[in-house]
Amino acid sequence: MPLHEAVKYVAAAYIAVFVIVLLYVAIMARRLRKVERSIGELTQQGAGRDSVGDPGER
Amino acid sequence: MPTHGSPTQRGRENAPEYGRGLVPLALAAVATVGVALGLIFFYAPEEAQEGFLQRIFYLHVPLAIVCLCGFVIAGAMAIQHLRTRDPRWDLRSYTTIHISLVFAVAVLISGSIWARGSWGHWWVWSEPTLVSFLIIFLLYATYQPLRFSIEDPERQARYASVFAVAAGAFVPIAYAAVQMSSAYLHPRVLGPTYAHLPAAMGVVFAVSLVAFALLFTTLCRFEMAAKRARWRLRAARAALLGETDLGARPRTAQPSLGAPPSPRPAVDRESGALVAHTQARSI
Repeated sequence: MPLHEAVKYVAAAYIAVFVIVLLYVAIMARRLRKVERSIGELTQQGAGRDSVGDPGER
Repeated sequence: MPTHGSPTQRGRENAPEYGRGLVPLALAAVATVGVALGLIFFYAPEEAQEGFLQRIFYLHVPLAIVCLCGFVIAGAMAIQHLRTRDPRWDLRSYTTIHISLVFAVAVLISGSIWARGSWGHWWVWSEPTLVSFLIIFLLYATYQPLRFSIEDPERQARYASVFAVAAGAFVPIAYAAVQMSSAYLHPRVLGPTYAHLPAAMGVVFAVSLVAFALLFTTLCRFEMAAKRARWRLRAARAALLGETDLGARPRTAQPSLGAPPSPRPAVDRESGALVAHTQARSI
């Protein structure tokens, strides 16, 4: 097979594989962002409780 | 000694390290994949018959080897789960199968592209290697629906482990069957045809194999860290907000890690009464 034709197939194979891996990482990153957001909300609620529910420190 | 700092700081200090060692591992994987790509395109010699097209094999074959090894390793992890009933082994087995499936999709696509370039067809049904790999892929594609179909987390984990053991044993059997079959149309890297790769090609192939094995390990660790973090978050939310209805977990294929480490019960400072003590049952 001539080089200029083979390059198309080789490029397609490598790009396809790296797109699959990147897609997976992007999905996982999105889920982690959701976890981070939830942790932020919980931390705020926890901080709010600490300041309200501790009369000795007021 | 009293603990100083804000609740956030204290939380950070006490937080378990979900991704311990993940950053160096990820950096090593990226560096090795980079080196492998450099070797594939700038060092590996041109193969006499296939020419430039043969470079797909430095991607396709290591991916296939890592993927199939992943399925077998997941089976071994499932055996550990059945032996110890430790839900962490179920999580490891689940994650390994998940990443192996991602790799299997990559193997099927890269293999089809190579077949189109080399044979002029996207798929050849008479080729035992292709068909056996597709059968393995389809077999493992039923893993998630199997888990999803069972609501009880403990039963789900047990059945999934039995499946992973049986399917993991099938992988080497299928490989051996293909090796023993008479039709050797598919080029073999580790078989008789390619048994003696030239040294330069062998080095590139070995580096590629290590690179994709590292990538596989990194993705497994990444997913496990994410799942553990979500599980701990659920437990923390239960402890903080007093959510008691965690038994009603939505139907999911994801493994349950069982009861989390008991969150410290909140105690009313004046009466000493227990205010909220909840346990999350699953992720």
